[in-house]
Amino acid sequence: MNEQTRPSKLIQGATGGWQVVIGMEVHAQVASQSKLFSGASTEFGAAPNSHVSLVDAAMPGMLPVINEECVRQAVRTGLGLNARINLRSVFDRKNYFYPDLPQGYQISQYKQPVVGEGVVTVDLPDGEVVDIGIERLHLEQDAGKSVHDRHPTLSYVDLNRSGVALMEIVSKPDLRSSDEAMAFVAKLRSILRYLGTCDGDMEKGSLRADVNVSVRRPGDELGTRCEIKNMNSIRFIGQAIEYEARRQIEIIEDGGAIDQETRLFDPGKGETRSMRSKEEAHDYRYFPDPDLLPLELTQSAVDELKAALPELPDDKKVRFVRDLALSSYDAGQLVAERDTALYFEAVAKGRDVKLAANWVINELGGRLNKEGRDIAVSPVTADQLGGLIDLISDKTISGKIAKDLFEILWTEGGDPRALVEARGMRQVTDLGAIEAVVDDVIAKNPDKVADAKTNPKAIGWFVGQVMKSSGGKASPQVVNDILKSKLGL
Amino acid sequence: MTELTELTLAEARDRLRAKDISAVELAQAHGAAMEKARALNAYVLETPERAIEMAKTSDARIAKGEAGPLEGIPLAVKDLFATKGVRTTACSHILDNFVPTYESTVTSQLWRDGAVLLGKTNNDEFAMGSSNETSFFGPVISPWRRDGANTELVPGGSSGGSAAAVAAQLCLGATGTDTGGSIRQPAAFTGTVGIKPTYGRCSRWGIVAFASSLDQAGPFTKTVRDAAIMLRSMAGPDAKDTTCADLPVPDYEAAVGKSVKGLRIGIPKEYRLDGMPAEIEKIWQQGCEWLKSAGAELVDVSLPHTKYALPAYYIVAPAEASSNLARYDGVRYGLRAPGRDITEMYENTRSEGFGAEVRRRVMIGTYVLSAGYYDAYYLRAQKVRTLIKRDFEACFEQGVHAMLTPATPSAAFGIGEKGGADPVEMYLNDVFTVTVNMAGLPGLAVPAGRDGQGLPLGLQLIGRPFDEETLFSLGAVVEREAGRFTPKVWW
Repeated sequence: MNEQTRPSKLIQGATGGWQVVIGMEVHAQVASQSKLFSGASTEFGAAPNSHVSLVDAAMPGMLPVINEECVRQAVRTGLGLNARINLRSVFDRKNYFYPDLPQGYQISQYKQPVVGEGVVTVDLPDGEVVDIGIERLHLEQDAGKSVHDRHPTLSYVDLNRSGVALMEIVSKPDLRSSDEAMAFVAKLRSILRYLGTCDGDMEKGSLRADVNVSVRRPGDELGTRCEIKNMNSIRFIGQAIEYEARRQIEIIEDGGAIDQETRLFDPGKGETRSMRSKEEAHDYRYFPDPDLLPLELTQSAVDELKAALPELPDDKKVRFVRDLALSSYDAGQLVAERDTALYFEAVAKGRDVKLAANWVINELGGRLNKEGRDIAVSPVTADQLGGLIDLISDKTISGKIAKDLFEILWTEGGDPRALVEARGMRQVTDLGAIEAVVDDVIAKNPDKVADAKTNPKAIGWFVGQVMKSSGGKASPQVVNDILKSKLGL
Repeated sequence: MTELTELTLAEARDRLRAKDISAVELAQAHGAAMEKARALNAYVLETPERAIEMAKTSDARIAKGEAGPLEGIPLAVKDLFATKGVRTTACSHILDNFVPTYESTVTSQLWRDGAVLLGKTNNDEFAMGSSNETSFFGPVISPWRRDGANTELVPGGSSGGSAAAVAAQLCLGATGTDTGGSIRQPAAFTGTVGIKPTYGRCSRWGIVAFASSLDQAGPFTKTVRDAAIMLRSMAGPDAKDTTCADLPVPDYEAAVGKSVKGLRIGIPKEYRLDGMPAEIEKIWQQGCEWLKSAGAELVDVSLPHTKYALPAYYIVAPAEASSNLARYDGVRYGLRAPGRDITEMYENTRSEGFGAEVRRRVMIGTYVLSAGYYDAYYLRAQKVRTLIKRDFEACFEQGVHAMLTPATPSAAFGIGEKGGADPVEMYLNDVFTVTVNMAGLPGLAVPAGRDGQGLPLGLQLIGRPFDEETLFSLGAVVEREAGRFTPKVWW
């Protein structure tokens, strides 16, 4: 655990500084074709109750059969979280009644999860790096969905999600601010997407978090925690923690005590509100599921999965800094999303790495961000951007023209080199042609010439004029050289 | 010519193959017998049309020389087995009119091998009971009566309908399930042969679950040979049940009649109970003599944790049942008793749909799994279970091949006679059988004689895991000496 108190993270109350302590339970839907214990499809958005097997509907006499692909995905995730893999784990039943829980119990792992302790390294916006402990990861079934607003007195139940595999990833209470919590979820999401074990789509509910928040004076024992359930947005997680920490501080400073309870976040109001108290908590009557044998893995199978893991963001970042000589900051930007990293690597291959990084982060990244689009569906492909960079590198176009070309690629598409040829965007490096323009500008502006002789910086004005006259196609370097010699600078 | 219903399964099989009789004739004869025997309440659903259809198919296959091992054999199926398109209720009000769209693995294997479905047999509700008195369809009346008396007796339970149907010659064999003795106890009470195979020998897929870690399917038949024939079709690996063993199924019939010379038979001293009827003691002794004369060697063994088996069983089984029965909630199928909200609907449905014994066990199971009680009850019971298993393993490691015990502590009792005031009185029926389920071992009940009032008594043979063959060999010896037992028709 990170036990050092980081003073900058303290929240100032009326009576001094408070430390917020956060732990998370992240539910990540396993990327798999079929459900955890049945062959039904996991496809999202299908007609209600169209992906429901006899097992999912808990018909009499039905038995669960473990989907080995889901187990492999959980193990791969555990390895990606630098965690211990438990070669023997046990499925338990968590018993409670709810209409969208057909069996009357959820099959989960309680005392012996498939993955044990691990660690996630999180980069914070201010450049600080913190290690967040992972307590465990276990496999469990998702429930179905109850729909309460279609009928005045009845509820509808859709069992398509019933039995879909989830990984519950539990962090240690190592997080000390909303920023850390948000960065942790973002990093976890990134790792899952690199591994391909969860699509990380929070809008579809593929990634949801329960956030445990408590406050204490620095150095004190842990305070009583409240659990904020079912958060499906990183931004809301941050808001909820901020609100909840302040709520708890106010109660304690007013002489009150925190009730251990489950709360919900209302994004409209930016508040958390009580859902149920500890007394109302279910007694889940966990016991080992007698329909399933303990899950046994061999070390060699685990080793095989480990050997086949893709390069993960931390390793990729180290490699970008070490082998590509990128700055730590740029490397961090490029590896945060797997798709960005893949895009960058395709662009940078055999090209000027710094130029590639600059274009991917600033031009493309800025534009995607502005339009709220994902790099995976970028209108400018890595091939196109690479072609554009080739044109800069071989001096066919200037940096300025390149921006125009990027705009054309974004809106119209096409082959960069063909576009440059067809639209006459090629940079002019013909000395004679440029000289003629320079002579013309000098002849027309004697006062500026006199000015430039005393103030060499005024050459910039001439460069601008020449570029303008050439329609931006003159090579800025060549223009500069000719001007200097003509003006005798 | 004997009545067709008096044939054994093996005899019928051979005569069908010889085209001496037809499957349709055989099905019709049993259909007629079933009609006459409705007073027994052995069947909760008769499927005569389906039987004739299946029998016709069998006759066609026999004619083409494509007969399966059970071709044309009319069987009864306990109502706990899901049968596609045929109502399956576990004899509970909560599954009223439930018609599965699927066929249990065990029954599908019977049909694959050519068997014919006569109907679904009565059982204790969700297999919870030892007398078949908890069925929503009412009790089964045993075909057996005490000499010179008219008292209605129980056939035992929970597979009472299957046992009665075989004893009364209303089928050539029947499926049962055994969680704590539900095959062996009714077999003993009705003078039939019943085997609970090793846990994992038969697939549980499609069988309404009572206690998953204990439930196991097995056959009821008139003879040991018939049980061997029928089990071979029922057993085998199933990818749909991960607790089902991936082991080939031997030709059990070949073990019938095989010499038992040199087999070491353990006689566990803990099965000699205080207050046990002298007749039970006598029949046990008799069984020992028979096996000894057949060349087996008898050894006294000890299973020291036997006395803890019954209490531990009545923690483990209800615990699993409380969870297994949670799916009967009125939401998707079966009975729904409306309520003002979902909680009230659950409460109304489950209190109306489940009978008293099922409710009692769900309550016990819920209690022993509750926070604060789990360690004291469930966890402790699981530890006891491990010790019971070790007791048996220790004996087997010392070279014991099988054990001989009484099957039940008494002969059949009267309807309404036991358990009215104290359910434990009823639970004590399982005292000799639950250990076998707790240890996951195979157990065969074979008729061995009659008590002073003419009621059948049975012996139990307990075997090593997946060594059903030795049980069939030993059972055949007892059967050869004791003969067969058939009740006089009074119905």
